[in-house]
Amino acid sequence: NFRAQSSGPHREGELRGPKVVTMTKLAQWLWGLAILGSIWAVLTMGSLGLELPSSYQEVLWPLPAYLLVSAGCYALGIVGYRVATFHDCEDAARELQSQIQEARADLVRKGLRF
Amino acid sequence: MASSEASRSSPRSRRELEVRNPRQDKYSVLLPTYNERENLPLIVWLLVKSFSESGINYEVIIIDDGSPDGTRDVAEQLEKIYGADRILLRPREKKLGLGTAYIHGMKHATGNYIIIMDADLSHHPKFIPEFIRKQKEGNFDIVSGTRYKGSGGVYGWDLKRKIISRGANFITQILLRPGASDLTGSFRLYRKEVLQKLIEKCVSKGYVFQMEMIVRARQLNYTIGEVPISFVDRVYGESKLGGNEIVSFLKGLLTLFATT
Repeated sequence: NFRAQSSGPHREGELRGPKVVTMTKLAQWLWGLAILGSIWAVLTMGSLGLELPSSYQEVLWPLPAYLLVSAGCYALGIVGYRVATFHDCEDAARELQSQIQEARADLVRKGLRF
Repeated sequence: MASSEASRSSPRSRRELEVRNPRQDKYSVLLPTYNERENLPLIVWLLVKSFSESGINYEVIIIDDGSPDGTRDVAEQLEKIYGADRILLRPREKKLGLGTAYIHGMKHATGNYIIIMDADLSHHPKFIPEFIRKQKEGNFDIVSGTRYKGSGGVYGWDLKRKIISRGANFITQILLRPGASDLTGSFRLYRKEVLQKLIEKCVSKGYVFQMEMIVRARQLNYTIGEVPISFVDRVYGESKLGGNEIVSFLKGLLTLFATT
């Protein structure tokens, strides 16, 4: 029963558009994997009676493993790239430091006891 | 302008009629504090500067959770310096959660928009006028600051911290597809009624609380705009990212993955 969780009695949501029946993200993933998995199983087991050429079979069998590995590489590549290009806000830090000096002086003038 | 708003018959038009003249918009900044004696005067000074330079109507609500370091005393001084209509001190007896701090602050807020940010100077008030511009541009319900897009970034993070941050963000994007790039950030602008609604729904604590706010916002079909911000990690005091934070983040992430 986890797959058809309605968006519930959120009046705000209904006000803005048609009510949508949503699945949890977990359910969406499980459905996706189940569908892909069964397509793969049907093709490799040949249970529909279709005989694929053996060269296709050779590619199909290890396909999930290949996909898994390439997904992992993709993830590492993306995260690595984003770490490498993460902005270091040196200017923002310098600006803040000088504004802190300015703020302290002004606040003392206004009578603040730090 | 009024006629074009009135002529629309979509469900949104009722809301748009309620949109006030920009001059009447008021922004309430909620500043939850705990031992921020050093930072509080500075952040308030920067807030006042940013708001008065751009001619925005504002108030700053300081919610101090019984800090032992005298944050409250400093807040009282600031109230005197800047006036009790601009700086409102609404303290609480002891440390209670962030969510309840926002609820407490909102009870006293007179603005129609709420800005939440950290009081430790990692969030710079200079971005607030950009948040406001962004909000008006797309009539957004929420505007979220983002460290991960455009000119956004961080200062004071080592490689390990960057890897954890980017990795956690990547996994979160894949699992939750939340429609916003910075889920754990806490520099945001909300319509007051939207924040009220979201806080009612959110149950998490810490980092996960900010994440849940965005995820619930997506569930409720609220619109989210983003503004790149620079995050300058704590100038005074210590920043914390320990094993405990990572474990509770993962737990929270998986909970949201399985339940939303």
